[in-house]
Amino acid sequence: MKYSIFSLLSQAFQGNKGWSTAWRDAQPKDEYDVIIVGGGGHGLATAHYLAKEHGLTNVAVLEKGYIGSGNVGRNTTIIRSNYLLPGNTPFYEWSLKLWEGLEQDINFNAMVSQRGVINLFHSDAQRDAFARRGNAMRLNGVDSELLDREQVRQIAPYLDFDNARFPVKGGLLQPRGGTVRHDAVAWGYARAASQRGVDICQNCEVTGVRIENGKIIGVETTKGFIRAKKVGFAAAGNSSRVAAMAGLRLPIESHVLQAFVSEGVKPLIDTVITFGAGHFYVSQSDKGGLVFGGDIDGYNSYAQRGSMPLVEHLMEEGVAMIPMLSRLRFLRSWGGIMDMSMDGSPIIDKTPIEGLYLNAGWCYGGFKATPASGWCFAHTIARDEPHKLNAAFRLDRFATGHLIDEKGQGATPNLH
Amino acid sequence: MRLNCPYCGTRSVNEFVPLGSASPKRPTLAEPIERWIDYVYFRDNIAGEHDEYFYHAMGCRSWLIVTRNTVTHEIIGTKIAREVAA
Ligand SMILES: Cc1cc2nc3c(=O)[nH]c(=O)nc-3n(C[C@H](O)[C@H](O)[C@H](O)COP(=O)(O)OP(=O)(O)OC[C@H]3O[C@@H](n4cnc5c(N)ncnc54)[C@H](O)[C@@H]3O)c2cc1C
Ligand SMILES: [Zn+2]
Repeated sequence: MKYSIFSLLSQAFQGNKGWSTAWRDAQPKDEYDVIIVGGGGHGLATAHYLAKEHGLTNVAVLEKGYIGSGNVGRNTTIIRSNYLLPGNTPFYEWSLKLWEGLEQDINFNAMVSQRGVINLFHSDAQRDAFARRGNAMRLNGVDSELLDREQVRQIAPYLDFDNARFPVKGGLLQPRGGTVRHDAVAWGYARAASQRGVDICQNCEVTGVRIENGKIIGVETTKGFIRAKKVGFAAAGNSSRVAAMAGLRLPIESHVLQAFVSEGVKPLIDTVITFGAGHFYVSQSDKGGLVFGGDIDGYNSYAQRGSMPLVEHLMEEGVAMIPMLSRLRFLRSWGGIMDMSMDGSPIIDKTPIEGLYLNAGWCYGGFKATPASGWCFAHTIARDEPHKLNAAFRLDRFATGHLIDEKGQGATPNLH
Repeated sequence: MRLNCPYCGTRSVNEFVPLGSASPKRPTLAEPIERWIDYVYFRDNIAGEHDEYFYHAMGCRSWLIVTRNTVTHEIIGTKIAREVAA
C-alpha cells in the first residue's frame, strides 16, 4: 500500500481498519544472492539500495533480535555533515542529501527535521578552529555559518552566556543539520526493501560463517545454514564478534554510549545545540522531552547500559550550558554499543575473503550516515568495488597509514 | 561500577582512567612492521572476561590490570600492572 493523503483519508473514513502491515516478517530461504548480517539502519538501508539501485532483490537481512533493537533505535537522532577531512566530508554530505529526499524515496514519514545544528565555542582558539571547519565545509559545498555571540543569543537565549569558566563566544551553525525519527528510519527502509522483495528475517542470529577456498559460501544461523553468493556484515557494536566468525580481527573496540530524555515540556529548544567545553548535546523531541547525550563511558563494554559517573558528568555539563535544566527531571536513560574504530572513522570495504564485505566502525556518529552507508555498501557489494565516496574507508588504511582522524587523537578508540 | 585497587580499596570507577586491553604486547624495534600494526591498531575486542588497564588517577596513581566481564561489567580481579610486567 502506498502511503499518501488519499490512503490516509480513505482509511480515516473506514475507521482505520484497512491498513496492512508495513513489511513482511519473512522466514529465511535456503539460498540468497546477498545476505546482510544485522537489521539495523545500515543493514536495512543496504538492502533497500541493493534492490533499488542495483536490481538485486534475492536478498535477506538477518537480524538476531527485532529490527530497530540496536543502535538505530537507541541514538539521539542527530544528522549533520559538518566534517573537516577530505575522506569524510563528501560522504556525509551525500548522506545529508539522501536524507533530504528520503521520505519521497521510501514513501515513509521519517520526520526529517532540518532544524539546524549549532556547535558552541567558548574561547578564541576554539573560534579559529570552528572557522576553519566551517570554511572546509563551504569549500566542499556544505552549508555553514559562523555565528557571533549575539546571533547565538537570538536563537538560544537560554544559554549561560556569561558562565565564568565557559562563556559562550559564538557558534558554528549548519542550517541543514537536524534530527530524524530513528525508529521510522528502520521501519521505512524495511518496508521499502520488503516491497521490492527483500526478506527481513528477525530472531535469526548468525552464529558462524562458511568459507571454502577463501570464498564465502553462506552463514550458519539459529534457523539453520543459509547459502549465499555474497555476505555483508553490518553488525555495528557486534562487528568484532561477527568478523571473528570469519577469522578477521578488526581495528575496533566496543564501548557503551548513554542517552537521556527528560520529562516533556513546552517548545523550548528548536535546534540541536552542543556544548563546546565538554561533550554535551541537546535537542527537543516532538513529544516535548529534551533528548541529550555526550561521551562514551570509556571502558570496553557489550552491556547496553552505562554507569553513574558519566550521568553526573553529563548533568553538570548540561547545567553549565543551560542553567534552567537543573529544574527539569529526566525520565529515562539507556545505552547502546558503539563500534569505536581506531581513528574514529568507519570502514566500508571488501575483506580478504572473496564475497565478504564489511560495514563497521561507526563510533557514535553512524545514524546520520545511515543512507550514504547503505548506498555505498550496496554499491561495494553489487559491483565488488567501493564507490569513490567510500573509497577512503578502507580496512587496510591502518596498515598503510591513511588514517582519517578528525580529532587527531591517535589509536585511542575511547577518545574519538 | 567500582574497582578494587590493591592499595586504596574499593573505589568508584570515576577515579580511574581506562586504557583498553592489556593483552597487546609491545614488539621490539627489530620485529616486522606487521607486528607493530597489529599492536597499535588491532584488538580481540572480547565479549566476556577482559584484561584491561586502568590508571588510578585520583588515588594512588598506580597502573592496574583489571579483569572485568565486558558483557556483565562484573569485576573478577585486580592486579598491579608493574607486578604483572616484572
Ligand atoms: C545513545 C546513542 C546515541 C547516538 N546518537 C547519535 C546521533 O545523534 N547521531 C548519529 O549520527 N549517530 C548516533 N549514534 C550512533 C548510531 O546510532 C550508530 O552508529 C548506528 O545506528 C549504527 O548502525 P546501525 O543502525 O546499523 O546499528 P544497529 O541498529 O546496532 O544494527 C546492528 C544490528 O546487528 C544485529 N546483530 C549483531 N550481531 C548479529 C548476529 N550475529 N546475527 C544477526 N544480527 C546481529 C544487532 O542485533 C543490531 O540490530 C548514537 C548511538 C547511541 C547508542
Ligand atoms: Zn589506588
